[in-house]
Amino acid sequence: MTTTTLAVLVPLLPFLGAAAGLLLGRTAPGYVRPLAVLPTLTSLVLAVLVAVDQGGDQAVNAATELTPTGSVPIELALHIDGFAALVAVLVGLVASCVQIYSTGYLRDDPRYPSYAALVSLFTSAMLLVVYSGDLIVLLVGWEIMGICSYFLVGHYWETPEARAASLKAFLVTKLGDVPFLIGLFALATDAGSFRITKILGTVASGGLDHPTLIALLLLAGVAGKSAQFPLHTWLPDAMAGPTPVSALIHAATMVAAGVYFVARLLPVFEASQAAMVVLAAMAAVTMIGSGLAALAQDDIKRVLAYSTIGQLGYMTGALAVGDRGAAVFHLLSHGAFKALLFLAAGVIIHAAGTNSLAGMSRMRNLRDRVPDAYWTMSVALLALAAIPPFSGFFSKESVLGAAEHVSTGHTEHAPGAAGWIVLVAALLTALLTAAYATRLWLLAFRGHGIEAPDHGRQPLTMTVVLWVLAVPSLAFGGFAYGTLPDWFDGRDLAPTLTTSVLGTGVALVGGIVTYAAWRHTTALAVRVPLGAVAAHPEGDAGLVEAEAIASHAPAYGDVASAPDPADPGRLLLGPLHRHAAVGFHLDAVYGALFVRPVQAGASLVRFLDREVVDTYVRGAGALPRWLGIAVRRAQTGNVQTYVSALLAGTVVLAVAAVLVATGA
Amino acid sequence: MLAADTHGFLSPTGVEIAFFLVGLVTFGAALVTVTTRQLVHAALWLVVTLGGLAVEYLLLTAEFIAWVQVLIYVGSVVVLLLFGLMLTRAPIGRSPDADSGNRWAALTVAVIAAAALIWVVVDAFRTTWIDLDGAPAGSTEVTGKALFQNWVLPFEALSVLLLAALVGAIVLSRKAKADATPAADGGAAGPDGGGAAKADKEGAR
Amino acid sequence: MHLAYPAVLSALLFCTGLYGVLARRNAILVLMSVELMLNAVNLNLVAFDVWLSRAAEETLHSGQALTLFTIAIAAAEIGIGLAIVLSVYRNRGTSDIDKLRDTAEGHESDTPDSEAPVDEKADEKAEATA
Repeated sequence: MTTTTLAVLVPLLPFLGAAAGLLLGRTAPGYVRPLAVLPTLTSLVLAVLVAVDQGGDQAVNAATELTPTGSVPIELALHIDGFAALVAVLVGLVASCVQIYSTGYLRDDPRYPSYAALVSLFTSAMLLVVYSGDLIVLLVGWEIMGICSYFLVGHYWETPEARAASLKAFLVTKLGDVPFLIGLFALATDAGSFRITKILGTVASGGLDHPTLIALLLLAGVAGKSAQFPLHTWLPDAMAGPTPVSALIHAATMVAAGVYFVARLLPVFEASQAAMVVLAAMAAVTMIGSGLAALAQDDIKRVLAYSTIGQLGYMTGALAVGDRGAAVFHLLSHGAFKALLFLAAGVIIHAAGTNSLAGMSRMRNLRDRVPDAYWTMSVALLALAAIPPFSGFFSKESVLGAAEHVSTGHTEHAPGAAGWIVLVAALLTALLTAAYATRLWLLAFRGHGIEAPDHGRQPLTMTVVLWVLAVPSLAFGGFAYGTLPDWFDGRDLAPTLTTSVLGTGVALVGGIVTYAAWRHTTALAVRVPLGAVAAHPEGDAGLVEAEAIASHAPAYGDVASAPDPADPGRLLLGPLHRHAAVGFHLDAVYGALFVRPVQAGASLVRFLDREVVDTYVRGAGALPRWLGIAVRRAQTGNVQTYVSALLAGTVVLAVAAVLVATGA
Repeated sequence: MLAADTHGFLSPTGVEIAFFLVGLVTFGAALVTVTTRQLVHAALWLVVTLGGLAVEYLLLTAEFIAWVQVLIYVGSVVVLLLFGLMLTRAPIGRSPDADSGNRWAALTVAVIAAAALIWVVVDAFRTTWIDLDGAPAGSTEVTGKALFQNWVLPFEALSVLLLAALVGAIVLSRKAKADATPAADGGAAGPDGGGAAKADKEGAR
Repeated sequence: MHLAYPAVLSALLFCTGLYGVLARRNAILVLMSVELMLNAVNLNLVAFDVWLSRAAEETLHSGQALTLFTIAIAAAEIGIGLAIVLSVYRNRGTSDIDKLRDTAEGHESDTPDSEAPVDEKADEKAEATA
């Protein structure tokens, strides 16, 4: 089979799996699990084969035009360069892990068939985005991901949080997608084609007429999908979905799509200095804000969600300094360790019966209940905190290195201001990242108090994938940084001495400070008893998690935070904690800026409609109504009256006709 | 026509006098039919009207039609109507409310319609003359030939219509039987049997 | 014979039937009036057929054939009509046309409770007059 055929099969197989799963879900439940896992695994293998075939050489391009559209042609096109090949392997790997994990996680869930089919569809859409060489085809995958995330985040739709979160995820991403669509059209109009290769050719020859406008419009969509400030608010709320879905959304598919899209079209953005600075500022605000917010969250998954936003900030930061190799490098390593973090968090929530860090910090020996999750999560957290030699270190250093390279003015791709913004924000975020990673680890695994409940061993499907993902989290960065430049633009990704020392240094400082704060506060935990566990701890993990999410707000007062004085984050953040816990009131700002004006406008329209327009309508209706009352009197129901009137009329007409005919 | 001058209204032929007298009886009987307060009498006066019409047909030399008129109308339709009157428990004797409150409107419409029609008809056919001499225009032979040579297809279509009417009558009475109340006993056989008998008659003809 | 004689008689009979249809209260009397109107038309058809069979060269005796058809259809009509009247009588207890006012304006508002009393009254009347 040619590379093209293989590449076509990669997104197609999960799609067929999804269709078959939806069709057979009710009639043949025995086939649902194989139909969920096997197509995804096969497409992982095929993606690896495609990557091997492509080998970082010349990009594979293939296109076929289905039908003429009249204006700018839309083609089913493939464009597989090193980025696409490697990202597809990551998507396949994470999706396969998630599918295998889900068979255990949602073991007894009655809606598992539709869930698995939607995950497959989600995977297929992301693979389509990755391989597509045509922007409209890319947009199809982009929007399918949007609707799939709506369904999957709302999987526990019995809980109001999940319903609200799914709607929010859908609406916020759509808010970005509208300008995105307009941007795509503007880009295609300028370039005369939706093909990525042709667009890049146009950009290279300087044929783009409105680079800043297009770049900013596209950025809105990217910010929505990749959860960048100010459109990131859907992501923490999306934690109301099942954990495997969070892993899938955060590690490989949805949020990666935005970064990947910018990486693909980076020359378009580079054509506008303003767009690059905006991108850098967006990345910086996202990074620092999410780091602070992550330090204040109580829900273990919300900590990870904010951490995702921060790491995505790193990627957009790398893009803002014009180094897409570093961005995709971080995307790959982050995909591996973030998927691991979420899947391990799912195991921990199942074992602890709660998703609250405050609750876990009051359990002794939780780490002994889930040794697999303990060890793998430690690896992943070290990778997240960018401690050498874990993979996160190398990818993050490549971002820092790129920013430093730009800030010292060594390149013409990106403005120096963007470099400085990204560099400072990234170092600050490295500190915060290490701090919240340490806090998460200490609170979850170093708790004191009552013995953690014992529900027996976790399902094998859930623990094995943790170790599978631990391998790249541990080793991917160290082995890959030397070879990856061959696949990407060829720019060196090796860590430089200055940034390595700086980055690792601030990370260590963050970790140590958090540890000290924890030592200081942990004694308070005994005095303030807190905690609530799921009602059915023996159920499957999905059920436990749904109950934990539903009971967090009644037990701790809020979905995001807990009134826990033993929390080191509370000590570290001081007065900021209150604001950080609610995501710096951004939801309230949105409420004041958009929701309330819209509601006020709606009530104004309602008033105008009811009181003003309807008055005229009613007035216009009065005359017909009076006529109707008059005519109604004739409706006696007596058939003879009707026939009399009919015949009288007939006679009159006949006489008139005769008179006219005779000329009288 | 060519005979317009020779046949004045003031010098009627014998047939015309006979037609006029019988027509007077017919019209009078029709008037009584629609005005009498005794419902059964109305049916009986209808017999007189229909019989008078049969005589008029004979005078017009349409003898086959005349006999069909006697057989079908006088023989079966009036009997059916009498059955209907009995089955609906029509009062025997004078009933004060035989006419509805609509009668003055009805009278107005009818009189105006009659005036208009007669005016038009007389104006149009004042001078037209029917030559009744020679072979009868409606003997059984002539009518049979016309019917079975030129009108076979409509005739057959008519038999289908009669079948439909037969089925319809049965359906109507059966449905009534299905949800019949105890008060409505014995009513089902009336229209059903009547319809069947009539259909048989039509078929025989 | 002058054609005017049968034509005028036919017109008079037709209008008599018209009056009966419009003025009579009992549904069976209305049916009788309909028969009168049909017969008036028949007389017209026969008279014109006789005239045309003398005056015109070729004739299909269409007037007489149509008369026969009309008689047959009238017979079918009277059968169906009587069946309907009987079933109405059975359901409503009356065959008076001006009592059947289901289509009257404002009728639907009081259908459920006004139906029964009307029937009862009609039954009483039927009993009393029988």
